Amino acid sequence: MTGLPPVAGPPRVTELPPVAGPPPVTEPPPVAGPPPVTEPPPVAGPPPVTEPPLVTEPPRTAAPELAPPGLTTPPEPEPPWALLAELTHGCPLRCAYCSNPIELNSRSAELTGDEWADVLRQAAGLGVVQTHLSGGEPLLRRDLERIVAAADEVGVHTQLVTSGVGLHEARLAGLVEAGLRSVQLSVQHPDPDRAALIAGARASRAKERAARLVREAGLPLGLNAVLHRANLDALDALVDLGLAWGADRIELANTQFYGWALRNRDALLPDPEQVARARRTLERRRAELAGRMELVWVAPDYVDATAKPCMGGWGAISLTVTPDGTALPCPAAAELLGADAPNVREQPLGRIWRSSPAFTRYRGEDWMREPCRSCELRSVDFGGCRCQAFALTGDAARTDPVCHRSPDHGLVRELVEAARDPAPAGAYVYRGPAPSDRTRAPQKAEVSE
Amino acid sequence: MRETAPRDRGTVAAARDAAPGDRVPPEWRPVRARSVVFRHDRVRGVDLLLLPERVVVLRGAAGSIVALCDGERDVTAIVAELARRHPEAPVDAEVPAFLDRLREEGWLR
Repeated sequence: MTGLPPVAGPPRVTELPPVAGPPPVTEPPPVAGPPPVTEPPPVAGPPPVTEPPLVTEPPRTAAPELAPPGLTTPPEPEPPWALLAELTHGCPLRCAYCSNPIELNSRSAELTGDEWADVLRQAAGLGVVQTHLSGGEPLLRRDLERIVAAADEVGVHTQLVTSGVGLHEARLAGLVEAGLRSVQLSVQHPDPDRAALIAGARASRAKERAARLVREAGLPLGLNAVLHRANLDALDALVDLGLAWGADRIELANTQFYGWALRNRDALLPDPEQVARARRTLERRRAELAGRMELVWVAPDYVDATAKPCMGGWGAISLTVTPDGTALPCPAAAELLGADAPNVREQPLGRIWRSSPAFTRYRGEDWMREPCRSCELRSVDFGGCRCQAFALTGDAARTDPVCHRSPDHGLVRELVEAARDPAPAGAYVYRGPAPSDRTRAPQKAEVSE
Repeated sequence: MRETAPRDRGTVAAARDAAPGDRVPPEWRPVRARSVVFRHDRVRGVDLLLLPERVVVLRGAAGSIVALCDGERDVTAIVAELARRHPEAPVDAEVPAFLDRLREEGWLR
């Protein structure tokens, strides 16, 4: 995984002009960049004042009370906005913070280009307007251009989420020709040696070149830096790197502890003092760079003791399709769903989104127990992250243990207190390729720097 | 899409306080930024601006205004065209300010 944390998947959706009350769709990150546009409606057609409010809350999951038991149908969910397409789990990097699952899909299990084209067509028909082409390293797919073209053909905006390794001039030109709209580049640390330690591979030169090529091609460039104990104190230099590379935006995503990252949690978890310092730096740089570069902060939920509004709600805004075609409401949900996870090879995406148990199980609020059920924050944080509840307690329907109101919060509190120590990060456990891919030639050789 | 632009009380209040868009030069020829995709969303029946990590939903007549931002028409021409289509609407007062706001966001140049 190139560093896209689960919470960063769905796009921010801005209603223009604004409407009264909560907008129907909002982006999860607690601290978003520019505020939603607050202009009045530009041109009214007929006299507007007596009209009802433009948009109301999406229907919640309450079934009609008088319907006979067993005959109620779940309400139609809102259409999804975005698809995270994990094209491969293969990756030249072995990042300690990787949130991809422990068990990676092998290359031979991957959907073909034809299958991806079909998934994108179905997604567009369902309402998806944006896709993040991610992995692993999507550039390892030799048919990436065809996949980009398939998305573009059905009007879906494409963003490549990459380590930058393998992004040569001709490759990028082919992708732009196919309709690629934007690139997000992962960065581990502004210092090349420290970056190599975090990523388990040297890639800083390749990243710098990739950034230059993206800018020369005239595409918007975003950087994604997953933050943790070994780079939070380098935030200033990271922002400077973004400026030097011409980034439009940097996503500063505190590590989400899923998949492989959970295995390295002790080494990654920051001293809360580091987080406090980083926040001060963030505020200073935001003020300085307003209008020039957007700094997005994905909050450290362990340290903040605040549940994140994960994915904007389960099965509410976006969906993920993994390399082997598994469809997930959240990129981290593979372990939680296990054999219940639907697959695009077996059923249409529309049915998966609307009615599969995997997508309906935690949609809305009916699944909630106390303390979420009566909590005023339930419509703000949606009970937090189901995957985190599952990872830490074994029960996905519990309140997210990062929440200070959770009965399981002690699990997290102890870890954060133990991290209250200025010592440098401990040694990482690096990940390798999927077991069945280990006999193949090293992937670095395919996309060497 | 439908041209009706119902609005709520909060928005009407905001409209009273809004800047009239005085600082918008009438000879500016607004054009959508290269990285912004403007398209109709058939599933939701709305016009959209698609940007990296962001979707802007253009409610009401907002889409029909953005559609006029082709780099050929200047602000005067856009206002005139919209006034012709919506003779009852406060086009003069609201459209330049709206265009200016989109420029501030970087969506129009």
